[in-house]
Amino acid sequence: MLRIIRERCRQGYRTAAFPAEEPFLPDRFRGRPVILQEKCSVECGGCAARCPFGAVSRKGGRLRLDLGRCLFCADCPVCPHGALTFGNDYRLAVRRREDLVTDGSLDVLAAALEKKMLRLFGRSLKLRQVSAGGCNGCEADINVLATPVFDLGRFGIQFVASPRHADGILVTGPVTRNMHAALLAAYEAVPEPKLVIAAGACAIAGGPFQDSPETHGGLESMLPVDLYIPGCPPSLHDPGRIAAPVE
Amino acid sequence: MNALPFLRNGELINLAEIPSLPYRDFGDHLARLLSAGGRLAACFVDSPPDAGNVLPVYAVIAEDAENRLGVLRAFISRAQESLTPRIPQLHLFEREMAEQFGVVFRGHPWFKPVRFHAPWPGETDAWGRNPLDHPQVGAMHYFRMEGDDVHEVGVGPVHAGIIEPGHFRFQCHGETVLHLEISLGYQHRGIERLVAGGPWPRTPYQIETAAGDSTIGHMTAYSMVLEALAGADVPENALMLRAMALELERLANHVGDLGALAGDIGFLPTAAYCGRLRGDFLNMTALVCGSRFGRGLVRPGGVRFDCNAVRAEKLRQALTAAADHTRGALDLFFETPSVLGRLEGVGMVCREDAAALGLTGVAGKACGIDCDTRRHHGTGVFTDETIAAVTETTGDVFARAKVRRREIEQSIGLLHRFLNFRMRGPLNVPIGPSAPDSMAVALVEGWRGPIVHIAVTGGDGRFRRYKIVDPSFLNWSSLALALRNEQISDFPLCNKSFNLSYCGFDL
Repeated sequence: MLRIIRERCRQGYRTAAFPAEEPFLPDRFRGRPVILQEKCSVECGGCAARCPFGAVSRKGGRLRLDLGRCLFCADCPVCPHGALTFGNDYRLAVRRREDLVTDGSLDVLAAALEKKMLRLFGRSLKLRQVSAGGCNGCEADINVLATPVFDLGRFGIQFVASPRHADGILVTGPVTRNMHAALLAAYEAVPEPKLVIAAGACAIAGGPFQDSPETHGGLESMLPVDLYIPGCPPSLHDPGRIAAPVE
Repeated sequence: MNALPFLRNGELINLAEIPSLPYRDFGDHLARLLSAGGRLAACFVDSPPDAGNVLPVYAVIAEDAENRLGVLRAFISRAQESLTPRIPQLHLFEREMAEQFGVVFRGHPWFKPVRFHAPWPGETDAWGRNPLDHPQVGAMHYFRMEGDDVHEVGVGPVHAGIIEPGHFRFQCHGETVLHLEISLGYQHRGIERLVAGGPWPRTPYQIETAAGDSTIGHMTAYSMVLEALAGADVPENALMLRAMALELERLANHVGDLGALAGDIGFLPTAAYCGRLRGDFLNMTALVCGSRFGRGLVRPGGVRFDCNAVRAEKLRQALTAAADHTRGALDLFFETPSVLGRLEGVGMVCREDAAALGLTGVAGKACGIDCDTRRHHGTGVFTDETIAAVTETTGDVFARAKVRRREIEQSIGLLHRFLNFRMRGPLNVPIGPSAPDSMAVALVEGWRGPIVHIAVTGGDGRFRRYKIVDPSFLNWSSLALALRNEQISDFPLCNKSFNLSYCGFDL
């Protein structure tokens, strides 16, 4: 017993000051894209074809990026002129699918849980996680939210075992054909009112497997999504930011 | 018998050099190589466009003692005598060939689908279902016991925790599990089919997410295959960084697994510490490449990020701190009698079964099988001199935990050595066109065990067939064995002691 206490003291207090303090992110972290429209040459125009995942389009001469399809690739081949790079801002989650499409000028971000939802769920939000073809990247980092570093429980948020105990589901993976029925069953089992959170590029639009005949290409048109968290996998702090409601 | 062709890890062989054996001889050769200590690394059907009714089947055998890989080829029809009764290591490979190409293996003792997808385009269905319909997942005949007090417990696909989906069916007598049947396929994304005909622009990202907790392992294997096919000479910098990232991946997952084991038996101090420490190791990978899972670090031809002296020093400091706390957390765990009481003698797999089924990685090492790709098929910076054997003998949860603890020590030592390496010169070389009509084989010792990637190219040098064998493919069977005569309440503990990949199996 004494030994356990001694080791406990040695391991120290590890819970991060987030959200009061911003997290320390590595310098090579790839977060919110920086789009410099002035570097985008009108004559070039090959950008849409260069993204393997169809995340890039051009409208009115402006380069637009769909964060729901973007994998934040280290070797992003889209723009040889440097119009598209990745910055260090981890805040990406939005409430509406269309807000994921950005030309770099506007920043629509999901606020912490809205008043309406706070009223619904109080300070106790229980979520059931459903992995529907996820590669265990998203799942692994969601598990980290429950470790002492993040301690999601301090915000009143918990992942629970049964959908019947949950206020919503958090879905990862491109929704494989083989998980389709189980996902819908889990959603049905959650009592109303309920939330759906699409975590990661796969759940939003299929990610690397968007056109596989064995997947449905994400949650789009399958369930009403209340929150989209982009990334492959998402940065830990982004769901954390949403989860940490203000007073 | 004819002299068989051999190659080494990360090499290629021209398809014309592989003799075509009658299927009976194929089985004889295979049985002989396996009984001499070889392990079946992969067995798969290739699908040349002019195959017709006869399909080429390849077997790649890892001969650990000789540091080489043997290749066998035979041509089979779509109705074939099963070799599994003679060669148990083939059991899942035959089922996989049946599901993909409609080959009916007569006499297979457990002839069921593996992943529940329709046969590949143009193929027939081995179970007489409509090949154009997508089969219902999990729809098969399950092993079932009858009798007083025998009952069945079904779990999944959606489990209680934040983990991937799979279905488990227990035949129980009271609390005792007489048999566990594992039915997977829920994570099947069709990766082998997506990669066929490639490499495509999307291929690297699909490989990196084949099993997202083994991004470095799978991507290194894929890169080695392309480098072998192109004859590329990868710079030493890249080999060193790949090795570092591979050991960091091992550390993060082994530490996380031991923490999860602690959580499952209710020993919360180590569970909490290891949960945190796992993140510290992931953050070290992020320090190198910006991604905690190593996305974007390894690419064919080399690596995309450098690690200069300043960064190496940061890594060294992070490693020293994390290693110190890891040792503290693990010493506490392994020296607490109530912990040992929950680990010892639970979930046993005997060495004979492990050898017969070709168990690898942590599962195999815990049964006393000295199988480590870094030791026996070392490439780059790994050789049998740098990697000592890590084996245990008892084959229980405790043995698997001890293998992880010893590998954690080994990886920390390796990383300290790697960090002394001073990077000079290029990080990558351009990759030329792939050799046509060839087979390239790459084995990488991921944290779960050997990750096997094999490409067979057509006349145009593109992938005619791309085969991936995740270590979980064969090792899931060991969980079923470990549960025999155990209490059903020990299932989470046994499951966690293997911590196998669902998506790596399902692909």
